[in-house]
Amino acid sequence: MTVPGQAFTNYGQPSPQERAVVRWISANRAVAGNGVSWTPLQDLEGTITPSGLHFERHHNGVPQIPIDQHRLLIHGLTRRTLTFSIADLARYPIRSQIQFIECGGNSNAGWHRLPQQTQAGSLHGLASCSEWAGVPLALLLDEAGLDPSASWLIAEGADAAAVEVSVPLAKARNDCLLALYQNGERIRPENGYPLRLIVPGWEGVLNIKWLRRLEVANQPVMARNETARYTELLPSGKARMFTFVMDAKSVITTPSPGQTLHGKGVYEIRGLAWSGRGRIRAVEVSTDGGTHWAEAQLQEPVLPLAFTRFRMAWEWSGAPTVLKSRAFDETGYVQPERSALIAERGRNGYFHYNAIVCWQVDEDGEVTHVYS
Amino acid sequence: MLFTAVSGASAHCAQQAAAPASIQPPAASESKATLVPRLGQPADDGLVARWNLSVYPDGRGLPAGQGSASEGRPIYLARCAKCHGTEGEGGSGGTLAGRGALTDPEPDQTVGNYWPYATTLFDYIRRAMPMDAPATLSNGETYAVSAYVLYLNRIVSLDERVDAASLARIRMPNRNGFIGIDAQLPSGEEPQR
Repeated sequence: MTVPGQAFTNYGQPSPQERAVVRWISANRAVAGNGVSWTPLQDLEGTITPSGLHFERHHNGVPQIPIDQHRLLIHGLTRRTLTFSIADLARYPIRSQIQFIECGGNSNAGWHRLPQQTQAGSLHGLASCSEWAGVPLALLLDEAGLDPSASWLIAEGADAAAVEVSVPLAKARNDCLLALYQNGERIRPENGYPLRLIVPGWEGVLNIKWLRRLEVANQPVMARNETARYTELLPSGKARMFTFVMDAKSVITTPSPGQTLHGKGVYEIRGLAWSGRGRIRAVEVSTDGGTHWAEAQLQEPVLPLAFTRFRMAWEWSGAPTVLKSRAFDETGYVQPERSALIAERGRNGYFHYNAIVCWQVDEDGEVTHVYS
Repeated sequence: MLFTAVSGASAHCAQQAAAPASIQPPAASESKATLVPRLGQPADDGLVARWNLSVYPDGRGLPAGQGSASEGRPIYLARCAKCHGTEGEGGSGGTLAGRGALTDPEPDQTVGNYWPYATTLFDYIRRAMPMDAPATLSNGETYAVSAYVLYLNRIVSLDERVDAASLARIRMPNRNGFIGIDAQLPSGEEPQR
């Protein structure tokens, strides 16, 4: 370097040369703030999603909330009805947890009859992983004092959709968090600033952003987003309800659609696995379409309810083949083949698609999405 | 039970005495008291009444007011139809009307054939609709639009009065169409209070 570099910046940004690494937005054509944006999983490494690339699912836009005016109300079947300011909450004991959040609608293109051709993140990137820090919810519930008959917690956001959900109280008391911080800094507006409910391992809609109200109850409220949506219609005509846990999933992020292998030789297969039931115990990778499987290396530390990075060296012969990965979690759950998932659930459930993902590599090294 | 429930000032003091400087993560497997500042401010019933939007299947939380489908039709056409279609057939917004079988190969999931509770319809319209101006309908208008959507699904008649009591009495066609997976469904005809 024969000239000085650029001066300091107050807040760093990615290199301008990385400007293609962005969330892919899919919004309602009539209402710009209704829709989703997908994390570009194919462009990222490690297990922590940069906050600016954390997926979004907004029901009606991102509210701009003055932090000094925001209050959390706790009421219902409690001995005391209480409000908390954000400044007050920040004085409580803080706990941080590295957790994935996954939308119940993630990977839903997998139900389609034909494999959608798009990047890995635009198929499976309604999932992200952050270090969330905040107040253990149980502390505030204990301060309010729970009625012995209490069994559910109803949570509501301050957004224009006032998204409301019901969470079993046992889960709320066990490991839920009132998050103030994400990846070290205050939560970004689109991720719930100034307060987000974190419900580890359970479907994303329960992780209420812009949290303003917690109602202790003895029954679920049966809101639209736990009855008409986020339920899964089965071939019998019955529908699965309260499908909270996100079952184990894995996806190979490198190589993946949109990427090209440049000639035969050694490549590293890289991917992500996670389970809403606990730790990932193993990930197996097949480089021959599922005939043979080998155990991938898991990047330590392997944390419960968090993204787990897997890697495996692979010598590509240059011949066409299909790459697959399957996750095993510590409860014994095994990520299913697509045919098995559809045999059990049909194709009209929309939510909770977690089947094995298949990428086909052709003789030119081009990668496409296939079903087996 | 993972945590020590605390009630009243004396229990609070006892908890402080029992828990010196160390702060245990609440997820710890044994019961450990945690020293907390207890900064919650008492809230009065008025604040709860202003903030609490919850509507339960038994009608608890529904406000006063009433409306009919005939009153709701012009409101629906002006405020809802551009996204949901004039007959509830859907568009940029979801399909609202239709009673096709849920066992069809690719069924529309509508208010009429899928939603288990009519109370949820009022609740969702009041809190979130119309999406371009949420929470701007009066309670009477919300009852009327709810009635019109139910009318489009052949669940109420055009001039039937819909209010808190009648909405909670409606038994939706798919009321028993669900299976609880990670939690039990509310039981019985009348959910427990």
